[in-house]
Amino acid sequence: MATTNSRTLARFMLLPSVILLLAWMIVPLCMTLYFSFIDYNLLVPGDKEFVGFLNYEFFLTDPAFFESFFNTLYLVTGVLLITICGGIGLAILLDQAIWGRNYVRIMVLAPFFVMPTVSALVWKNMLMNPVNGLFAHFAIWLGFEPIDFFAQMPLFSIIIIVSWQWLPFAALILLTAIQSLDREQLEAADLDGAGPFSKFFYIVLPHLSRAVTAVILIETIFLLSIFAEILVTTSGGPGYSSTNITYLIYTQSLLQFDVGGGSAGGIVAVIIANIVAIFLMRLIGKNLEG
Amino acid sequence: MKNKLIMLACGFISMGAAAKETITIATVNNGDMITMKELSSDFTSQNPDIDLKWVTLEENILRQRVTTDVATKGGQYDVMTIGTYEVPIWGKQNWLKELDNLGENYDLDDLIPAIRSGLTINDKLYAAPFYGESSMVMYRTDLMDKAGLTMPKAPTWDFIRKAAKAMTDKKEGVYGLCLRGKAGWGENVALITSMANSFGARWFDENWKPQFNTPEWENTLQYYVDVMKESGPAGSSANGFNENLALFQTGKCGIWIDATVAGAFVTNKKDSEVADKVGFALAPDNGLGKRGNWLWSWTLAVPASSKKPDAAMKFISWATSKEYTQLVADKKGWAKVPPGTRKSLYSNQKYMDAAPFAQITLDSIQSADPKNPTVKPVPYVGIQFVAIPEFQGIGTAVGQQFSAALTGQMTVKQALSTSQHLVERTMRKARYPK
Amino acid sequence: MTIKDSRRSKLIYTIAAWTISGMIFFPILWTLITSFKTEAEAISASPSLYAFDWTLENYRDVLSRSPYFNHFWNSVVISLGSSLLGLLIAVPAAWSMAFVQTKKTKHLLMWMLSTKMLPPVGVLIPIYLLFRDFALLDTKLGLVIVMTLINLPIMVWMLYTYFREIPNEILEASRMDGATIGEEIFHVLLPIALPGIASTLLLNVILSWNEAFWTLILTAANAAPLTAFIASYSSPEGLFYAKLSAASAMAIVPILILGWFSQKQLVRGLSFGAVK
Repeated sequence: MATTNSRTLARFMLLPSVILLLAWMIVPLCMTLYFSFIDYNLLVPGDKEFVGFLNYEFFLTDPAFFESFFNTLYLVTGVLLITICGGIGLAILLDQAIWGRNYVRIMVLAPFFVMPTVSALVWKNMLMNPVNGLFAHFAIWLGFEPIDFFAQMPLFSIIIIVSWQWLPFAALILLTAIQSLDREQLEAADLDGAGPFSKFFYIVLPHLSRAVTAVILIETIFLLSIFAEILVTTSGGPGYSSTNITYLIYTQSLLQFDVGGGSAGGIVAVIIANIVAIFLMRLIGKNLEG
Repeated sequence: MKNKLIMLACGFISMGAAAKETITIATVNNGDMITMKELSSDFTSQNPDIDLKWVTLEENILRQRVTTDVATKGGQYDVMTIGTYEVPIWGKQNWLKELDNLGENYDLDDLIPAIRSGLTINDKLYAAPFYGESSMVMYRTDLMDKAGLTMPKAPTWDFIRKAAKAMTDKKEGVYGLCLRGKAGWGENVALITSMANSFGARWFDENWKPQFNTPEWENTLQYYVDVMKESGPAGSSANGFNENLALFQTGKCGIWIDATVAGAFVTNKKDSEVADKVGFALAPDNGLGKRGNWLWSWTLAVPASSKKPDAAMKFISWATSKEYTQLVADKKGWAKVPPGTRKSLYSNQKYMDAAPFAQITLDSIQSADPKNPTVKPVPYVGIQFVAIPEFQGIGTAVGQQFSAALTGQMTVKQALSTSQHLVERTMRKARYPK
Repeated sequence: MTIKDSRRSKLIYTIAAWTISGMIFFPILWTLITSFKTEAEAISASPSLYAFDWTLENYRDVLSRSPYFNHFWNSVVISLGSSLLGLLIAVPAAWSMAFVQTKKTKHLLMWMLSTKMLPPVGVLIPIYLLFRDFALLDTKLGLVIVMTLINLPIMVWMLYTYFREIPNEILEASRMDGATIGEEIFHVLLPIALPGIASTLLLNVILSWNEAFWTLILTAANAAPLTAFIASYSSPEGLFYAKLSAASAMAIVPILILGWFSQKQLVRGLSFGAVK
């Protein structure tokens, strides 16, 4: 009795968010799908002819498409790698007994509160600028040639900026996980004469796997649509070396105002996102279940 | 009695509210516009029935914002700040109201013809110029002396290259030549396209066929890449107008070829360390009859979706009038007056004395011909841009290729052939020739 | 391990932690410092951390140029409004997912998360047209709705993972005692779940505060939050490092202070099912 009752109630409570998200997803998605099959440029009003798969053909054969696809991949994996490795290190460090832990924690946390546009502007102009930036002053002081970040390593520079923003998030989740580690287990390992490395690899790391999965999942969602940082720093260049899929769609929809082309790109991105989602789900299924 | 009083009071309040109109103005965060916003209390005190709301945004974001709004008839703005690129395209679509109510004292014939013609379609004025600019050479007189050279009033590209090389002293952090390198249709493409015009190149032939596979383009881009490698600052590929301005003001550039409005900034003692060591010259040429100077103006226009066109036009008339010029001169000094829109400004001795760059600015603007920009004939209007809706997209894509050539990621030939391919694709999709 | 040893290791760890966290915090610190410099000092070739003439000029400039407090208020209303509205919808959904699991729950969750992967630019024009037709352009309500929908999947997910950590036995015990569903939620579940709800709220305030695509494209003069304020400083003419720093500081300091006071809360609930 109680179970059927609560089941019905549960369905009922799920409804608002499901309906809202469905509407939020389906209405624009249907409109986008429709636009992707017509010839529609916002700046050229007039007949909107049906053009079949022409928009898709142009988007997928765009010379920038493959490069931006791989850039998206590099960007996501690069940031994930840095934030997870760095995050584990930071989490272990913050887990130790130290003086002023609260201050350390708020300093580590701070980048997460900074607007992406602001952090991109600050890194671009005040730190990485090869003439007036702080890194350049520092390099000259050490007697080196300053690095021209956004010309020599555009994608990597963006990865650094984005990693800086997301490192606190990863570190926090991993810290919560480490703090839940069973201390007795570690002490037992100590008694068995285990060194710090074997303790790390056999006890700490397996314990963190669920947290790492959670970080991967949440960060991937945000990293797939990184956009402001690219716009502010490199505008996707030089060439296409820092263009990702989201930025490519942006150039179609907000520079060209080609709604048809941009919509086709949007649909392609949704398909890619869903492939990623399926992949992630497998990952979660293994790691977060049970 | 009491009730009546309240009703009366309510009546007054609602009357007051109805009579007061609020117009929303979208503008760019450039210095001259910020001054306009600062001084706008002069307008509201003359027109107590009009309230102003300001939306000040960075250029790219503003452009996205207003374009989306005007094309979807969102109706969020009454006055929009737009450039000479948008006016002909939007005017043709009937997205703008004709400015037919600027008042009797406005003196339309005082507007510089080169600027006015770009804002007029079928004899109807669709936007009023707030300031106008061309491009010119700015150089450090002290460094030229040190190099033992004299800048002619109308230099050639060869001379620029020679002078830049002679002024460069990388150990001291002095770079001979600063040019835009940041990818974007309004950034490096504006500069390189105007340069290309003086090298005899063009974007399209008469049948809208892209021309990047021609030797003229190769010469242009090769020159640009070579000269920047020889004498350009580090990080050129990320430098736009602002970055180069900061470099020049801090004494790191020998020569800077850019917008004429920069004249006021580099000679301003408060911000510029080199204020009294700056000389000006016309944009360079190659002896082919066209100089590499562009033409641009920021203008104020009323979108067709505005519900308060009369108040909007009143404001535009105020902001682009001779009286506004006088107001800025009184409050901020003559050198800060928005340049390049009215002939009368250039016959004002006070302005000419205060602004050493004024004559060059006027000459540059008057010699620019957007309807006839290149050595060979073209089907389009525009010097540093092509006034078609597709240009923002292809311009930026081509700009990325140029900046890849600048950083050495691509050869000049590769960059041009990719550009050719990209532009061909887009033109095919947009079904040119129309 | 002797006391001396542990003191020494504490010292070493402290030094390491302060050095690394100092490096992470440095860009923000540098922005704050630069905001008190003159423009010339801001790009000087031998920059200084403290030895310069501290000035408030940049802040005065920024305040006189833009209606900072309007933007600030809009940011507060939009981020807080959307987070509260989001909670109202997400708490029941997450509750039912966590305690009445079916086979489809996981799929439903993943589907919700995948809606967040839609690139916003791809659906810009449809949304803009809808907003125009419903007269939501440049209104705080419109932005509250968009922000709620954007962050709803994350909220549901976060709450779901938190609720799942609550042992079912507690709820069963209360059911045995004959508690109704309402009593179950308010007297048993909510007190235990409060930390999770609080940190979900905080995380979403932060995410909405920093969202810079929709907030820029859907607003004009009335509802524009701090992201629009920043967009009017991002690349002006002339030297701008110091003014940009001042504007940046004014945009991020409020949220930094919030973060400072709520860091414990945030840490407690931000596990995303990572702790078992």
